Amino acid sequence: MEASKVIHAIYTDDDVLMSAVKKVKSEKHHIEEIYTPFPVHGLDKAMGLEPTRIAIASFIYGCIGLTVAIVMMNFIMIEDWPQNIGGKPSFSYLENMPAFVPIMFELTVFFAAHLMVITFYLRSRMWPFKKAENPDPRTTDDHFLMEIAVHGNEQELESLLKETGAVEVNLVDKEEAH
Amino acid sequence: MYTFSKKLKTISIALMIIGALGVVYGFMTSHKSFDEVETMLAEEASHHGGGHGEDVAHAAPSHDEHASEDAHAEGGHADTVDEHTKHVEHVQHQIANRPWSAVYVAAFFFFMIALGVLAFYAIQFAAQAGWSPVLFRVMEGITAYVLPGALIVLAIAVASHFLGHNSIFVWMNENMTNPEHQDYDKLVAGKSSFLNLPWFIIRGLIFIAGWSLYRHFARKFSIAQDNADVNDNSNFKKSFRIAAGFLVFYIYTESMMSWDWIMSVDPHWFSTLFGWYVFASMFVSGITVIALITMYLKSKDLLPFVNDSHLHDLAKFMFAISIFWTYLWFSQFMLIWYSNIPEEVTYFVTRFADYKLPFLGMVVMNFVFPLLVLMNSDYKRIPWFVVMAGIVILCGHYIDVFNMIMPATVGDRWFIGIPEIGAIMLFAGLFIFVVFTALTKAPLLAKGNPFIKESEHFHY
Repeated sequence: MEASKVIHAIYTDDDVLMSAVKKVKSEKHHIEEIYTPFPVHGLDKAMGLEPTRIAIASFIYGCIGLTVAIVMMNFIMIEDWPQNIGGKPSFSYLENMPAFVPIMFELTVFFAAHLMVITFYLRSRMWPFKKAENPDPRTTDDHFLMEIAVHGNEQELESLLKETGAVEVNLVDKEEAH
Repeated sequence: MYTFSKKLKTISIALMIIGALGVVYGFMTSHKSFDEVETMLAEEASHHGGGHGEDVAHAAPSHDEHASEDAHAEGGHADTVDEHTKHVEHVQHQIANRPWSAVYVAAFFFFMIALGVLAFYAIQFAAQAGWSPVLFRVMEGITAYVLPGALIVLAIAVASHFLGHNSIFVWMNENMTNPEHQDYDKLVAGKSSFLNLPWFIIRGLIFIAGWSLYRHFARKFSIAQDNADVNDNSNFKKSFRIAAGFLVFYIYTESMMSWDWIMSVDPHWFSTLFGWYVFASMFVSGITVIALITMYLKSKDLLPFVNDSHLHDLAKFMFAISIFWTYLWFSQFMLIWYSNIPEEVTYFVTRFADYKLPFLGMVVMNFVFPLLVLMNSDYKRIPWFVVMAGIVILCGHYIDVFNMIMPATVGDRWFIGIPEIGAIMLFAGLFIFVVFTALTKAPLLAKGNPFIKESEHFHY
């Protein structure tokens, strides 16, 4: 369930942010999201996010690319219009296979790379004409924003966040559940 | 300071002794008389034979390059008896070549590990890498084998001319450049201004001198940096400069060394990317040995500053360079396969005809296996996993060297038996002895390196 009210705590330094995240986590509060102007190393671990599964997706996409290359070259060069490759008119896929290896390699990489990027965008809920979810434009410049759901404990949270070095703590209504 | 444990020392000496016995056995049993070989061939022909009993016709396609050249030179209508004698003598020579080649392959393999590590070490300095300084003493230990290893390889090559009968390098036979002699070979004669014994020895000594000088000074500066003041990085800077210079020298000499010491066993054949191919092989073997020795020392609690991120990075290199090796192996193969020029393609024809198992097996060991085993990020941090992958990679690259040398020297008379395994044990023992003795000479942490703190805190 999405909370209707959230707290936005704003930091100006990634090291302060990191220790704040550890503090907030140790007090057993759930961090909804953190907006940063650049990737902060180790932040995902500190927030307790699950490790990414994109590597598995990438492996599967690579296998698909390899299969496409094999089937495609077999159709184009052997079945549909049999070709005499390198003066060896054997018209056998296996015997002409070395000529197809560069294509297999390239399509494996092509599929893995492109589909992985597309998957990443979709998983991050980024698609064309999407309205930015960023709650504060300063997080694209030099501020870090931590968003915490409130369950009637705003006083406690506010003082905790101030203590961790937040330069600003705002209680805001969340516009809509995304 | 590390002390060479008694157990390991005993193992290395035992390996050397048992290996030496295997090598001696190989040499003692390799001299077959003409009659013995003739009987052996007749038996083989009747085993495989059935329809085609003539062993000349049977063995013709599996001849190595210069043998078929010889046969052609006769003009095609030579006496069958003469052909038969020639063939038996040829096989007799191949059998005599086997112990020489076995020793040479093993000597080269262990030397190549040390040289690969030396290049890797120089790259760390030239790139001012921050992750690796905790491994520098392990690398310095391994590179101690460059000088003895290279001298042994060169000595075997030269001895094969003087003691053997040009058992490894056919071009060392002076008669091949003499137009009057029946062994005259136009192509070898054409290359003789480069491929001649004195110049071969001088080149080899220049290569060895250059590598050893770099290794000597890099080690000296590394130790001096430990003892220098904290703010004094002059030794590190000197090491950086010589590393950059060495890498230029290395890539030229490594390439020429691979022509001289390996490619010239097939003096008619050449490949322009051979140097790179050998480089990839030595680089991945070297990195694998760094990982194995690091894990061994860490398991003895001697490298508390090495964490699993360092192991992860070494395993990434093993994975990446295995793929790089495959890329070069395949590039060399595909171009020659595509163009199908007889004098080039004979190299692969021999390997497919007589060496199918080692030739294709090595692609599985050096490519498919590391690709699948080391692809997963988590597995690169599990020591026993990396050890397993490393052992397969090392065996694969031994077979790689085997495939480079053997087809030219012993043809289809190959086997991995007592002479080969004996030679591996001999040089493995020597390698362990030299490397671990060198490791005892300095503390295992290069504490003076300006990047040592970064390296100790390295985490991925």
